[in-house]
Amino acid sequence: MSEPLTPPKRKDPLVVTRAGHVPPALRSRAATAMAARAGLGRFVLQVCDDCARATYPQRDRCPFCWGELRWQDQPDGAVIEAETTIRSSIDLFFKDHLPWRVGSARLDAGPMATVHLHGDVGQGDRVKIELKLDRSGNPALFAMPEKETPHMADDPQLRVFTADPKYRRVLVTDGRTATGQAVAEALLKAGAKTVFLGNADPLMRYPGQDRIEATAGIEPVRLSLTDTRSIEALAGQLGGRVDIVVNTAQFSRQGGVGFGGNLNDLQSGLDLEVTGLMRLAQGFAPALSGRSDDGDRSAAAFVDIASIHGLTGRAGFAGSSAAAAARLSLLASLRGEMARTGIRVISVLTGPVDDGWHQNVPPPKTAPAQIARAVVTALQQGQETICADEVAKDVLTRWQDDPLLTIREENK
Amino acid sequence: MGRQKPYDGVVVCAPVTVPYARYSDKTAHWWTGSALAALSRQTGLGPEDFDGFCFASFSAGPDTVVGMVQHLGLSPRWMDHIPTGGASGVMALRRAARAVQMGDADIVACVAADTNQIDSFRQTLQGFSRFSQDATYPYGFGGPNATFALIADNFMREYGVSRDDFAKLCVAQRDNALSNPFALMKKPLTHDQYMQARPISDPIHLFDCVMPCAGAEAFIVTTPEKARDLGLSTARLAATIERHNAFPEDPVQTRGGWARDIDDLWSAAGCGPQDMDMVQLYDDYPVIVAMQLADLGFCEKPELSRFIADNDFTISGSLPLNTNGGQLSAGQAGAAGGFQNVTEGLRQILQTPLGDQVPDAKRALISGFGLVNYDRGICTGAAVLEQEVLR
Repeated sequence: MSEPLTPPKRKDPLVVTRAGHVPPALRSRAATAMAARAGLGRFVLQVCDDCARATYPQRDRCPFCWGELRWQDQPDGAVIEAETTIRSSIDLFFKDHLPWRVGSARLDAGPMATVHLHGDVGQGDRVKIELKLDRSGNPALFAMPEKETPHMADDPQLRVFTADPKYRRVLVTDGRTATGQAVAEALLKAGAKTVFLGNADPLMRYPGQDRIEATAGIEPVRLSLTDTRSIEALAGQLGGRVDIVVNTAQFSRQGGVGFGGNLNDLQSGLDLEVTGLMRLAQGFAPALSGRSDDGDRSAAAFVDIASIHGLTGRAGFAGSSAAAAARLSLLASLRGEMARTGIRVISVLTGPVDDGWHQNVPPPKTAPAQIARAVVTALQQGQETICADEVAKDVLTRWQDDPLLTIREENK
Repeated sequence: MGRQKPYDGVVVCAPVTVPYARYSDKTAHWWTGSALAALSRQTGLGPEDFDGFCFASFSAGPDTVVGMVQHLGLSPRWMDHIPTGGASGVMALRRAARAVQMGDADIVACVAADTNQIDSFRQTLQGFSRFSQDATYPYGFGGPNATFALIADNFMREYGVSRDDFAKLCVAQRDNALSNPFALMKKPLTHDQYMQARPISDPIHLFDCVMPCAGAEAFIVTTPEKARDLGLSTARLAATIERHNAFPEDPVQTRGGWARDIDDLWSAAGCGPQDMDMVQLYDDYPVIVAMQLADLGFCEKPELSRFIADNDFTISGSLPLNTNGGQLSAGQAGAAGGFQNVTEGLRQILQTPLGDQVPDAKRALISGFGLVNYDRGICTGAAVLEQEVLR
């Protein structure tokens, strides 16, 4: 069993913070393609079109018959044939995280692979292999116990590949919405120490305010994503203490482009969701990056919740979808930047949220609780992209299969 | 498979070792030039006299043999670049021998040289191979230590080989190194010191690991006539084998390509393991020495522990092993580490050792092992060298 995590001690301000190094990050294009699938929480290997055999490490042609390779979901079982505990490394990241355990795994899918080992597994064990992303955003095979073991998520080696909210301090940007409140509560339930809950307009009351602000662990803070100064002020105050940022801000309004669109709505949406995201990133990304390897309470993730229709556009919600598109694009760029500093950038994709602005949309709609669950799951798994609900899953699946067709379908 | 044709009309001579340095501010080009200068001192030959050049190095980048030829003023009519590290000595020997035999070259300088600047080991590792970049180094970055730890963990369990057995090999090699003035390790190593060394990557401990360093090794492959004219003692090449990526289906490496071709080696050489006066085996980790002893026909793997106990691997022992101390005690100068087994074996049978002489040395078995591309060594080779003429 893993040693249960204990609440981190107060940080000694005189001790130098460990620099946020990342493991070796250079990868082939094929390995990068594996990362793209790992980000979705899939366990994939390359399989040959001709002989149907799976291969690893990542190749460009099949080693058995030289056929073309395709990524395919594969059985995730394996047996650990050999193991070692590395006690010496010349890499700047690993030398600070020794001892580090790895093993040779015989994958049920066929190939052998060098894998990271969870503390509860060793030579001879049957394991479940998860395809994770490491701190540099690259694919990493991680051997987990086949069955749940006590405090499994607290394994120190595993925690390098996740952003588990346990004992961490989280900023949720907009507590005025049902989504923001659901996310805050779910994070506390998942073990977060504190949730700083943003409020753009402290003089105006909002639904659920009394209950949420009275909840233990919630600390209301003044934060408006449309106001650069408010972000600067908050980052100055909390930058050194926030481990995870979750951006729940959304501005969804009905309207077309040539017909029924409202320029003010578009501008407000872009300011809050797009410029606001960049303001938030500029305020908090440097502080998060500076503490990405700060022991048990290291900064871990930047989470953004956006509409799946950012990928496709959507008839009737053209402006909101455009804002979501810009938001997803900014987030992809931010992910590239943060991969150099060891912070995970997580995208939670939603369908139409079940709120007042989507009254005319027929169900299924996305409940705030579903979004909250997705946020927690993505953090616990270290997953890069997660769909909060069935609508988002459906659109994403179709989009992966045929993006141009899906764009047409969603704008009919 | 066709039987290997004999290496008639080919001799190997003039082994050269440029003394190693733990760290060097010089380049691989400088070390290569040093090796050629040493060959020149021994033979009186200059740049225009070598019409063949065979080169191995990890640290000459961006140059290959092409850049090295112009850098050092050579004008060969045959050249080759061997990128196989620990297997490069045997491979250079094979290639140069056939070139000379077929008349593509008369006198080939085979040189391996590497420098070791501060941080160059890490940089070499980082860009070593695509598979290790994608699928090994991000897993703890233990370097070769971690990869061989996995191989050793499995091997020891599978064949009942223990750290005590490895200790015997390492202690004997250190004993051998003590008479070699160029060896980086100057102090004796005891069994207890070996056993109590700090763990590096379980079950690999400190004295299982080589010391990366700078250095160069070289030898000449030519015709018997040319060697006679130059007044050089010569050895003949009795037989060789080479194999790459053998047994990819083995989950964890427990054998190398030798296991596939060893019968061909001994039948072409017309002798057997019992006829060898010494063995010069690739020894980056004693587990690989043990693997070779079995794969090269000295014993079966389950008997390894017994075989190691029954033999004395020092220079005066029953089976002298890596008589210069090997890479474990003399140092691993990059690709030159794959050449020192050739130069040392050659020196012993030509009766010009750096340190103590193996008594009555006539035959040497040389074995190379190179390049952990991902989870195992890919390149293997072996050669039997026999004393021909002493001058």
